[in-house]
Amino acid sequence: MMDLISAVFNRNSLVVAFAVIGVTIWVSYYIADKLTAGRIHGSAIAIAIGLIAAYWGGTLSGGTKGVADLGLLGGIGLMGGGMLRDFAIVSTAFGVHLSELKKAGAAGVVSIFAGVIVSFVVGAIVAVAFGYTDPVAITTIGAGAVTYIVGPVTGEAIGASGEMITLSVAAGLVKSILVMIGTPLIARSIGLNNPQSAMVFGGLMGTTSGVAAGLAATDPKLVPYGAMTATFYTGVGCLLGPSVLFMIVSSLF
Amino acid sequence: MIIYGVALLSVCLLVGMLFGQALGLVLGIDANVGGVGIAMLLLVVTSNSPRFKALSSGNAALGIQFWSAMYIPIVVAMAAQQNVAGATSGGMLALVAGVAAVVVSFALVPVISKLGNNDASVEENK
Repeated sequence: MMDLISAVFNRNSLVVAFAVIGVTIWVSYYIADKLTAGRIHGSAIAIAIGLIAAYWGGTLSGGTKGVADLGLLGGIGLMGGGMLRDFAIVSTAFGVHLSELKKAGAAGVVSIFAGVIVSFVVGAIVAVAFGYTDPVAITTIGAGAVTYIVGPVTGEAIGASGEMITLSVAAGLVKSILVMIGTPLIARSIGLNNPQSAMVFGGLMGTTSGVAAGLAATDPKLVPYGAMTATFYTGVGCLLGPSVLFMIVSSLF
Repeated sequence: MIIYGVALLSVCLLVGMLFGQALGLVLGIDANVGGVGIAMLLLVVTSNSPRFKALSSGNAALGIQFWSAMYIPIVVAMAAQQNVAGATSGGMLALVAGVAAVVVSFALVPVISKLGNNDASVEENK
């Protein structure tokens, strides 16, 4: 019987993922409606359930891909992987007007550079506060606070140890997950309710997954604006991290 | 035809990704620089242009709107495959660095948004 189920589920993994995610979202919207009386958005609950499941899956399998490492739920890896995620993000741009983008264009560009530099500086200060004095270590941790992609790219370019690179990835993951959970809670107090501020938000936060999930749980209409700037952030971070930012840190320590 | 919309979306993504990858190559980094952002701009431009009307209106639009509606479910699947266990095992340094970066960035959102509004009003005054 188990063999039968696992054979069918493994062969149809993406379809299993559609069904499992569908049920998760139904449960989440039910909880949002009945238990929080609509105060917390259903998608915010669904994303939180997803993260909890990812923690559970990661500890159970010892892998790095959350529930996607559990055999029967492998299709979640395809459904939530980079290809379909980017496809769906681009589709949200349908119906966006060019004029909205132009209005926030300059602030959006400023926010990308400000976001990379500020996150880097904060991460570097924390590294120094924890007693690091080696410029390579400080730069790698600072780059990790930019995103979990910029961290290892920078670390490898400047010859950081494997341990430092792991730390930088962890810092980036903390950031990404906190943006997913924190955005809907803080949205109102930072004025995140229009296309312009969403573009600035995407540029400042930069973690594509964090911004994608955070805005989805806040107001799906803002997703295309935030996602558009966020996708440039990692590139700018990979560019500045091992070059300008590393040189500045080296001159200070 | 629904597939026309899906195909338009696909071509936008592929062209954007090619540009993003090429941009990364030019800049000397092994990363896709803004591929998704360029793809989004392409979709905005094509779907607002009368030349591509057959690919982005009527049934073709449904092909794009379906994926747009699948966005939140896909994001939930994405959340379910994050390395949450890895994030929590990084220790205090990783935790503090990540949290501090987010808190400071959140605080800057209203500051830079205001900057954008000022720019806009200056241009209007001209």
